[in-house]
Amino acid sequence: MDRIPILRMGDLLLVTIQVDMHDRLAMTLQDDLTERIVSDGAKGVLIDISALDLVDSFIGRMISNTAAMARVLDARTVVVGMQPAVAITLVELGLTLHGVKTALNVEKGMALLGKNIF
Amino acid sequence: MSAAQNTADMFETDLLERHRGLRTGRTTLPLRSDEDVVNLRKQVRERAVAIALSLVDQTKLVTAASELARNTIKYGGGGGVHLDALADGIRQGIGLIFVDNGPGIPDIELALRDGYTTGGGLGLGLSGSKRLCDEFAIDTRPGEGTAVSVVKWKR
Repeated sequence: MDRIPILRMGDLLLVTIQVDMHDRLAMTLQDDLTERIVSDGAKGVLIDISALDLVDSFIGRMISNTAAMARVLDARTVVVGMQPAVAITLVELGLTLHGVKTALNVEKGMALLGKNIF
Repeated sequence: MSAAQNTADMFETDLLERHRGLRTGRTTLPLRSDEDVVNLRKQVRERAVAIALSLVDQTKLVTAASELARNTIKYGGGGGVHLDALADGIRQGIGLIFVDNGPGIPDIELALRDGYTTGGGLGLGLSGSKRLCDEFAIDTRPGEGTAVSVVKWKR
């Protein structure tokens, strides 16, 4: 079965979504991330969506839910790299990703999570 | 041709012949699985690039296609989609018509309201798609099915 890899860096989990996600893949990622937060004792989750040329309501909801689940598991989530066209479309669609922290790129996302890459 | 056969038994609606005079091409794809949705997004993106829609308009159309295709599968029990190439004089556009033989939508006004859902989703599929496209039309009949048409014109 397809899976999106989750990388561990210290107490952070990093995910880079580089494929056009179908719905099952999005749900699998959500489940995998929550499992890994607990098993790895992660304090932060960084989701890089810079390669995604579309975020529809399903993927948007997956991101919101993951952030909410991470929060109750004592981890913070930052979504980074959203393309401008995706942001415009998302808001017009009616999704605001309420409660999800965002940053322009991975480096800024890391800083937001209180880490330095170097 | 298998995709066309899939839609052959779908209820007759004038909506399928919208923009008939403006149509310069039609492709029909099945909508049954998650993979079909991903394939449709790819096909719509390619066509949007081909007529040089702006990146924002490409993204809006592909996103609307994704929402409506999911509705066709989730609520309509699967169906098909017509991808129409449209030309109105020198203006080019892309039309998408989603068709299913599902239960139909009992209350359209309610279904078009932001946040209304019967499927546990966010309730943004229909209303959001309407906002993302230039034209939106819907024909739904209880017990027969639903057809949803959207158009994006090149600006």
